[in-house]
Amino acid sequence: MTDMQYSLPDAQGHFGPYGGVFVAETLMPALAELRAAYEASRADPAFIAEFEHELKHYVGRPSPIYYARRLSEKLGGARILLKREDLDHTGAHKVNNCIGQALLARRMGKPRVIAETGAGQHGVATATVAARYGFECVVYMGSEDIERQAANVYRMKLLGAAVAPVESGSRTLKDALNEAMRDWVTNVSNTFYIIGTVAGPHPYPAMVRDFQTVIGKECLAQMPEAFGRQPDAIIACVGGGSNAMGIFHPYIPHEGVRLIGVEAAGEGIATGRHAAPLTANARAGVLHGNRTYLMQDENGQVIETHSISAGLDYPGVGPEHAWLKDSGRAEYVAVTDDEALEAFHTLCRLEGIIPALESSHAAAYAMKIAPALGKDKLLLVNLSGRGDKDIHTVGERSGIRF
Amino acid sequence: MSRIQSVFQNLQAAGRKALIPFITAGDPDGELTVPLMRALVAGGADIIELGVPFSDPMADGPTIQRASERALAGGMSLGKVLGIVRAFRAGDDATPVVLMGYANPVEAMGQGAFAAAARDAGVDGVLVVDYPPEECTAFTAGLRAAGLDQIFLLAPTSTEQRFRDVARCGGGYIYYVSLKGVTGAANIDFDELGRRIPRVRAAVGIPVGVGFGIRDAASAKRIGAFADAVVIGSRIIEEIEASPRERSAANVETFVRGIRAALDETAGAKP
Repeated sequence: MTDMQYSLPDAQGHFGPYGGVFVAETLMPALAELRAAYEASRADPAFIAEFEHELKHYVGRPSPIYYARRLSEKLGGARILLKREDLDHTGAHKVNNCIGQALLARRMGKPRVIAETGAGQHGVATATVAARYGFECVVYMGSEDIERQAANVYRMKLLGAAVAPVESGSRTLKDALNEAMRDWVTNVSNTFYIIGTVAGPHPYPAMVRDFQTVIGKECLAQMPEAFGRQPDAIIACVGGGSNAMGIFHPYIPHEGVRLIGVEAAGEGIATGRHAAPLTANARAGVLHGNRTYLMQDENGQVIETHSISAGLDYPGVGPEHAWLKDSGRAEYVAVTDDEALEAFHTLCRLEGIIPALESSHAAAYAMKIAPALGKDKLLLVNLSGRGDKDIHTVGERSGIRF
Repeated sequence: MSRIQSVFQNLQAAGRKALIPFITAGDPDGELTVPLMRALVAGGADIIELGVPFSDPMADGPTIQRASERALAGGMSLGKVLGIVRAFRAGDDATPVVLMGYANPVEAMGQGAFAAAARDAGVDGVLVVDYPPEECTAFTAGLRAAGLDQIFLLAPTSTEQRFRDVARCGGGYIYYVSLKGVTGAANIDFDELGRRIPRVRAAVGIPVGVGFGIRDAASAKRIGAFADAVVIGSRIIEEIEASPRERSAANVETFVRGIRAALDETAGAKP
């Protein structure tokens, strides 16, 4: 453990050259209001107590760390540990952040919440908290993702949310975000926008991270109890990057712990059909309210991305990840659709765990490096969600129709 | 004095209001943009806002999104937009051109390179929707050094303190967003605008134009009663969409002329 100082972002939401508040004027006052409400809430013991109470009794926290013994023994190297965010209520880590933002929305007196979703996990989590706290809820989802994630769409409807299909652009996550922003700018006085990842304008990247750090804080306590020490490396998938920031952030001062973010290489970085702006060293740009690594053409137009996993299919990445890459504190790699699928099947068969395709990327990278590492090494993988939502996608790859 | 300033000064002296039409460069194709710009001027435009298409136009409604998609499908880029302005300038040295778009194409070209290239092409003003003043101090200084006006937005949600902060950085005119929403929406509260605009003008000390959701002569006339300028975008793009290619310039000119006539009926109304 060291005393490495880390207090980013600055007051304007910058992580070095990244982050910030790049939005149209109409939203500037709303973001100022949100910043003020969030700053007051995070300093309020009653708010924190309610957040923690909800995480324990509604989400089912803390989530366990599980030693994947058969997987580790088969690989013959480092021990692989899984932080079981797939066991959270709604089936993924997304709900941690949604609880936090819902409590904030209630405190700010907003009767309506909106969200964007890619894989549908954040949409489901938002619809869930909207039902739990009695908000009207609209979830924006690209029409291509609606097709890929039909079960989650129905889940949101069961929970009382309206799912609004987005037909513009590439009809995926980034376009859903554009449309949610348009809704917010139109209904800003009565609507709280629950962003699902550590992107967007300040204070979202810091706020979403803070709500998700419950993951890493639990690990800090659980690792010494169950395994006698902290892990050698933490591995998490990165689309926008909220599960990764949640588990990385409390470990930033622990310099002996490697932090490894795994992006979606899609069909391979060299093919250009991927969603890995950090790994591919994409140029920095401005999208969705912040400056970050951004997949774009030479004229600054955002390009279409590809991943088998809808939740990683995003051309940007949270600005704090951009900063962690440049600073060298975290490393970023990418695994392909095929590698993620193989990890998906391996976890199913060796551990009885069906992982989300997103989380399968993190597992795939752990499986890649574990054999070359000693048996005394500990790799902690953030298993950010369960894969029931993905069985259609995986089945189709095997020629199975439901 | 900049072209934009002299336009407002002359209009003010005549007791008239500025008409600022918006079209997206490259919509429906790059060859038609200069003829469309000339048609706007012929119809009575005082300043032209030329949209730089972007893949993710978050502040725009469906009409301008479609225009952006058509323009990008035809290969339009910020560099080509500057070429269009240069071609327009070759035949019109008087009408100010304001580029309106999003940050990322500017970031990709480089802020400094953009300011120099825009000046050389004959651009007069620049409005970057997702560059609020606090995120673009260097850009603002670069534009100012190049002699360009940076136009900023103010909105129904802006506080009076914000009016003053934005005015300190801005030049040319203030683009006041008429409603909470995206371009082309249809929920303008004219009474509220009538109360707000005089307060905005008093705080900013430069002309105030109003845009978003102004669709016809009647609404333009109502806005013209209290604003210095009226911006019309989505409705003109609908005109282009509905016209056969060879008729679009003539139809746009006719539409703009109708708005011009309505605005001039308010001539002499107190500023």
